[in-house]
Amino acid sequence: MKNEECRHLLGQLADYVDGEASQALCQEIERHLSGCENCRVVVDTLRKTVTLYHTRGREPLPGDVEARLYRVLDLKDR
Amino acid sequence: MPDDPAFVERLRAGDKEACAICVREHSANVYNLALKLTGEPAAAEDVLQETFLSAFRSIARFEGKAQLSTWLYRIAHNAALMRLRKRQVDTVSLDEPVEGEDSILQPRDAGRADWSENPEQVLLDAEMRRVMDEAVASLSETLRSVFVLRDVNQLSTAQAAQVLGLSEEAVKSRLLRARLALREKLSAYMAGRAAEAKR
Repeated sequence: MKNEECRHLLGQLADYVDGEASQALCQEIERHLSGCENCRVVVDTLRKTVTLYHTRGREPLPGDVEARLYRVLDLKDR
Repeated sequence: MPDDPAFVERLRAGDKEACAICVREHSANVYNLALKLTGEPAAAEDVLQETFLSAFRSIARFEGKAQLSTWLYRIAHNAALMRLRKRQVDTVSLDEPVEGEDSILQPRDAGRADWSENPEQVLLDAEMRRVMDEAVASLSETLRSVFVLRDVNQLSTAQAAQVLGLSEEAVKSRLLRARLALREKLSAYMAGRAAEAKR
């Protein structure tokens, strides 16, 4: 039964992790998390995963790639 | 970004300065989308060039119903998928999920490792960056597209849905599956790293 509750919770996390869940859903999730160490770890590391990609997922456009793009498009760079 | 009709009109007229502004504003975003979808810098550069060449050639067909950036993302996404399909035509089906939803929603032992308090420098070293990229590359095409648009390019759910021609609910559902799958991969890596440190 506990396992089913955990699966139900994981399926509801989309809005929760983005801070867009309704108050009722937040309360339901937080009630479960307070008594389930496994799910708490999953939610914490899920948040960390999202933060990592938000802060470090992007790469700068390499200068040589940018220069070639302007050349191909016959545009002046800057 | 100038998204107003007057600016789009300048693009339609082939105004070089307007084109340069458009490129300056959107090229890094398009490049990142292409890089994460294809996993190859050379392919990403091709997609980047194709996207702007195609956009400026077909700007007359841009109706202004979506944002200019959404339209560019859609062109780039299609171009990247074409490349992936060409490359993988003889290998695994692109739509075949790497992991089923059940396994994603059922964290394994490694997935239960708590690394939420790890110091930033451990999480952000070069090896971790490689693991992060490999984890994204391991996602199925459908999950990867949603994840990159939402969590790398940081588009809203509504904008990602427009780019992909999906409902917002479908975007949310795929995003959750992608995030859980990535969390699982990063957790497995962190668990291995913690075990190594104990030796």
